[in-house]
Amino acid sequence: MTTDTIHDTDHQHDDHHDHKMTGIKRWLYTTNHKDIGSMYLWFSFIMFLTGGAMAMVIRAELFQPGLQIVDPDFFNQMTTVHGLIMVFGAIMPAFTGLANWMIPMMIGAPDMALPRLNNWSFWILPFAFSILLMSFFIGSGAPNFGWTFYAPLSTTYSNGSTAFFVFAVHIMGISSIMGAINIVVTIMNMRAPGMTYMKMPLFVWTFFITAYLLVAVMPVLAGVVTMVLTDTYFGTSFFDAAGGGDPVMFQHIFWFFGHPEVYIMILPAFGIVSTTIPTFSRKPLFGYSSMVYATASIAFLSFIVWAHHMFTTGMPLFGELFFMYCTMLIAVPTGVKVFNWVATMWRGAISFETPMLFSIAFVILFTIGGFSGLMLAMTPVDFQYHDTYFVVAHFHYVLVTGALFSIYAGAYYWLPKWTGYMYDDALSKWHFWCSLISVNLLFFPMHFLGLAGMPRRIPDYALQFADFNKWVSIGGFAFGLSQLIFLAVVIKCIRGGEKSEAKTWDGATGLEWTVPSPAPYHTFEKPPKID
Amino acid sequence: MAQVPEQNIAKTAKKLVLVVFAMFGFGFAMVPLYDVFCDITGLNGKTSDTAAQINENGVDESRLVTVQFISHLAKGIPWQFEPMVREIQVHPGETKIIKFYAKNESVKDIVGQAVPSVSPGQAALYFQKIECFCFNQQPLKANEDVEMALQFYVDPELPRDVSTLTLSYTLYDITPKADS
Repeated sequence: MTTDTIHDTDHQHDDHHDHKMTGIKRWLYTTNHKDIGSMYLWFSFIMFLTGGAMAMVIRAELFQPGLQIVDPDFFNQMTTVHGLIMVFGAIMPAFTGLANWMIPMMIGAPDMALPRLNNWSFWILPFAFSILLMSFFIGSGAPNFGWTFYAPLSTTYSNGSTAFFVFAVHIMGISSIMGAINIVVTIMNMRAPGMTYMKMPLFVWTFFITAYLLVAVMPVLAGVVTMVLTDTYFGTSFFDAAGGGDPVMFQHIFWFFGHPEVYIMILPAFGIVSTTIPTFSRKPLFGYSSMVYATASIAFLSFIVWAHHMFTTGMPLFGELFFMYCTMLIAVPTGVKVFNWVATMWRGAISFETPMLFSIAFVILFTIGGFSGLMLAMTPVDFQYHDTYFVVAHFHYVLVTGALFSIYAGAYYWLPKWTGYMYDDALSKWHFWCSLISVNLLFFPMHFLGLAGMPRRIPDYALQFADFNKWVSIGGFAFGLSQLIFLAVVIKCIRGGEKSEAKTWDGATGLEWTVPSPAPYHTFEKPPKID
Repeated sequence: MAQVPEQNIAKTAKKLVLVVFAMFGFGFAMVPLYDVFCDITGLNGKTSDTAAQINENGVDESRLVTVQFISHLAKGIPWQFEPMVREIQVHPGETKIIKFYAKNESVKDIVGQAVPSVSPGQAALYFQKIECFCFNQQPLKANEDVEMALQFYVDPELPRDVSTLTLSYTLYDITPKADS
């Protein structure tokens, strides 16, 4: 079980005895996992607002049929960079930030195993995104070929932004790989004595498996962007039929990365809600070991389903059936998880603090996203859904109400531990309810738009889609504004408020709650003992 | 920090770095693997790029297969390029010769390369070219024109459910990369 009995939790050190640097140098040179975790979280929130602003441009343009606010090329740049920023700049760094903050505290380690590498993997990120955003102001604009950068759109037909894009992705990839190596090495070597693998909190397990996925597929992404780079600028023909290459091969290599990437963005979310739901249900997590095995099976299956993104490329029937059935198979371990969460809540003494609200919303809305994923997995119907708003609805349900909601659940759950103060409860509930209502207004009608045939990534649409798009846009603006409430909650919580105890939630288990709140700069310099 | 096993940390980290390099290599290894896989299975509508032998399996007189020819110009090549016959009917196994017409309509000398593709994809394995202009580069001087021959047969093993084959050629300007 995840619960551990703690004997030895003394020897927490004060900040004073450490020679902390002041000002900007503290943040530039820091190797402290808590500092780096905070920087990751702030960076991802800034990127979230940046990518969100681009989504607002998209929704403003789609408020009415016709072209009114931006020209189609700029619209394409918006969809492309929105996707890149949200995937690589918002969701992934937010998870890395949580991992940095919580994993050492959860396994009773004093810090990450490779602290200087940790510093570097954070500090190259701002450069990656500066390069990406710089492209808006140079030449003929930012990448406009979709975040999936299909060749030949990103090679033969690129607007000249391919080099910016490729180098930005390279740096993001290096950052992710270093972060992942650090997580694996930490978990394998730094656990407190007595903490066996099957005693680790599920949060740690999911990040462990996610880090393996990152190490395995980020290099493939680096490879494919390198091929795009040399095809565009150095005359190679990996994806150019004129020179013997094949553009469909691009899709195979890209999605070999791309599908595990999907799970890189959702497995940590499973870990977070597997932490919060038991706490607020006041019951241990139901089926801990089945959760671990389910996570591992999802990770394994994620490597053999990539071509379900490519059903319309003219695959032979056997290939379509193989990838269809493998994809549907993922519903089994995912179902195990959903049922375990429900079983954890069953007959629990549930209370509805904000982290729990976000977690319950996660379970319900992520499942909706999972079901639309099953619909997309069916080859025959995928020919209708492919590249429509149905796909947009599907992946926003899993990434916004899935990954993002879980990050909010985690942030509210550990904010008192990070800051030492309780967050403003009323304001946080406003954040939750505004987000919940607006996000469904934003994404639910997209299902019907897609089924009715509205294509994605197009700045204009047929008149019959006008009403739904208006509502979707209103939902979008409301959701965007609601996220500012979160910013207010966080700032307020850092500045003060009701003092939090060491163990903020009475149902919480785990080593992080044995240290005071706020967590001292150094924790577990002497490892705790675990039975 | 006393108990932290430094060597173990370095060992695990090194292993992971090896995995990273191996996977980077794997990304590139997918390129030849993909070609081999498509070659064997005939997926992707890629026809063979080497000349086939004369058919020795006899002619299947019991059915007729429609073969359609279409042509595309890649972006930026100022040529005229089209099949001189749009569609013919053949018995599987029967050898046919048809011609494509190409004309360089620009004032520059240009080298073209035609790249074939067969639809439906699974028929690509059964479309045999004895001689094809797509095996070679085609240089054309300014305003020159040429009739280019394609000699082919459809393998009698072609699955019975395929009654129509479409052979598509895309013509690319490869002047900068052409063999001199």
